[in-house]
Amino acid sequence: MDMLPLIWMLFLVAAIGFYVLLDGFSLGVGILFPFAEPKHRATMMGSVSPVWDGNQTWLIGGGSALLTGFPKAFHLLCAALYLPLMFMLIALVFRGVAFEFYGKAKDKRLWTAAFIGGSTLVAFCQGLILGSYVLGFEYDGRRLVFGAWDFISPFSLLTGVGVVLAYALLGACWLILKTEGELRDWSIERARRLLPLVVLMVGLVSVWTPLAVPAISERWFAMPNLILLSPIPIWTLVMAFVLYRVLKTPPKQDGLPFITCIGLYLLTLIGLGISLWPHIVPRAFTLWDVAAPPESLLFAMVGVLLIVPVVLVYTAHSYYVFRGKVRAEDLYH
Amino acid sequence: MSAASGQITTLMDLDALLLSRIQFAFTIAYHILFPTLSMGLAMFLVFLEGLELRTGDPRYRQAFRFWSGIFALSFGMGVVSGVVLSYEIGTNWGRFSEIAGPVVGPLLSYEVMTAFFLEAGFLGVMLFGRARVGPRMHFFATCMVALGTLFSAFWVLSANSFMQTPAGYRVEDGVLRIDSWVEVIFNPSFPYRYLHMVTATYLSTSMAVAAVGAWFLLSGRDDRFGLHMTKLGLLAAAILAPLQIFIGDQHGLNTLEHQPIKIAAMEGHWHTSAEVPLLLFAWPDQTAEENHFEIGIPKLASLILTHSSDGIVKGLTEVPPDERPPVAIVFWSFRVMVGCGLAMLLMAWVGVWFLRRGSLPMSRGYLRLLMLSGPLGFIAVLAGWVTTECGRQPWVVQGLLKTRDAVSDIAAENVALTLAAFIVVYALLFLAFASFSSHLIRKGPPALEPLAHKPQDTPLSGRPAFLAADEEEL
Repeated sequence: MDMLPLIWMLFLVAAIGFYVLLDGFSLGVGILFPFAEPKHRATMMGSVSPVWDGNQTWLIGGGSALLTGFPKAFHLLCAALYLPLMFMLIALVFRGVAFEFYGKAKDKRLWTAAFIGGSTLVAFCQGLILGSYVLGFEYDGRRLVFGAWDFISPFSLLTGVGVVLAYALLGACWLILKTEGELRDWSIERARRLLPLVVLMVGLVSVWTPLAVPAISERWFAMPNLILLSPIPIWTLVMAFVLYRVLKTPPKQDGLPFITCIGLYLLTLIGLGISLWPHIVPRAFTLWDVAAPPESLLFAMVGVLLIVPVVLVYTAHSYYVFRGKVRAEDLYH
Repeated sequence: MSAASGQITTLMDLDALLLSRIQFAFTIAYHILFPTLSMGLAMFLVFLEGLELRTGDPRYRQAFRFWSGIFALSFGMGVVSGVVLSYEIGTNWGRFSEIAGPVVGPLLSYEVMTAFFLEAGFLGVMLFGRARVGPRMHFFATCMVALGTLFSAFWVLSANSFMQTPAGYRVEDGVLRIDSWVEVIFNPSFPYRYLHMVTATYLSTSMAVAAVGAWFLLSGRDDRFGLHMTKLGLLAAAILAPLQIFIGDQHGLNTLEHQPIKIAAMEGHWHTSAEVPLLLFAWPDQTAEENHFEIGIPKLASLILTHSSDGIVKGLTEVPPDERPPVAIVFWSFRVMVGCGLAMLLMAWVGVWFLRRGSLPMSRGYLRLLMLSGPLGFIAVLAGWVTTECGRQPWVVQGLLKTRDAVSDIAAENVALTLAAFIVVYALLFLAFASFSSHLIRKGPPALEPLAHKPQDTPLSGRPAFLAADEEEL
């Protein structure tokens, strides 16, 4: 039965991956909002309005997957990361209602600010949480030894900014796919400018992480891992270069930047997974330490295997319905 | 005086436990208002679109477009306030999550997989996809959204009912383990609570629809639309209100069997006895274990609860003081809920009587009352949830885990910070929601569109005469 926690971990990682990629571009559009001309904003929002709720649902999916598979980890992490989680949740509230209120408001300023502030703060908090998570925790027998404001550290500030930039880049690539004319050109320009920043961030984080966490350094640099794992950073750099080339000349295939960016982020997520394996609460608990009982995992897993493929099908259908460029009807209902 | 004994004397007494309780109560009470409306409107929209497809009558399309605007607002508010809750059980109630996680985790996962994704996956098509998909696909999407709300209520109420009447479990190494998932999901109180809540959402929405219709009639803005909405709302409420009272009664009997102390608190009944009166008014005194200023109908509680006026009803003193819920809160919230339910029944039946009698236009006095009755269902929902959740205290999982043992170890000042933030943010958003909703109502229904496709059935066949009557009236 040792396989159950492992398989569930794969679901959890997949759910987080789906969330980061799907809500990544949704939030990214919001992060780019202030830099766009007001006349383009409705179109930008319209590119995401029909699908944003499903995208965000993967966040609830990830949270419930963590609770289901690793309840003790859910408890300890949520309590330790109380403030950044709460700030993120409140920011999500603002971002979410902005979709409804922006369209209906005569004076759009408040809800524009809510959309921008909400999206940016969500991304930033997720980055802070990511950084704190990677650095790891100690357990004192009752709770994680982590002060309420310890989630703010030099490293986590870096990852915070990194996530904001990464989502912005993904959002720009999404807009290249979904928009036309002036807005599309603008999106290409934004993506070109963001790419070197994102690559820089990935580089900084990749260098800083092993320095900050000796165990991760050992994982990557000890032999034979140095050889075995080297494809990951190599392919990451290759992907970044491919994205650079794709963006350099006006992309003929509108979807190419988006797909390439997703590929790049998948590689960074894989790298992250390799760094943290097999911990679910880094430095304190492996996934087996805190796994839920087998009858709970099994029951949930049956559901996942039967239902998630159906979910993927109708989610794909929903994207298919709204395929192509943003149309006027997508903006308001 | 400490907060533990239920007395608050200064702000310093607001410890982390109490603050977490207040925060969770606030965020979940706020949240529940929106699915109450969304569930009802989702089903109403299925009804409207189905009739439009069947009859080709453009008035159904008009009503659909009107209500889907308000539905979208309500649904959005429900989603964002719901995400908060899904993490709040971890942040503030981490010990509950850890101990009850083996039960609650999978149930919530099923809710995400079968309900949240279903709603979200088809909401976009329903709200934005008219121009991109055919009418049948669009109707399918509307149905899927409504189905998603029913699935959602199923799983979350199963989890919540488990907390009230746990079954199918055992305790091992300090956490809950599962003996039978069927018994866990279909625990003793679940069927009653599911039916009671779903009916509550449909009833509340019916009254809200009727109230909006009343406004249109009173303001003279759109008499035909107003009358149509008022009729639909009143007819639904006239059926749902008595049904809900019956379901509630059955639910109460089930609660008597499994949570007798909660019933004792609801009735303000301190000492086990027979021939228990039904108290209409009382001021419960928790420390003195008695009520002041009682006004009651003799023997009626025994009669309702045990179907015999000699029936013995357990009193609160059957358990030690630290296992009793806060009686005054439970006693009064129950009465508020029942009062609202009876008021809705009265309003609905009087309204239907007006309609059957053919006394149109309806009395302005009645219409004003009907308009004011719009919120009744929502007040009842809040009061009902206070009754059931406070009535379970001091337990968070009845008989297994106490609320005070379930809280996360978070410093009081941090919970105070987030609680304050929620209050401010939620208040702002509620004002915005109310403002946008009333703007949508005032804007009125969109213009009638010409018939887009051939009706498959004659428009007025098969409906009661007085529903068709408005054709001749206007």
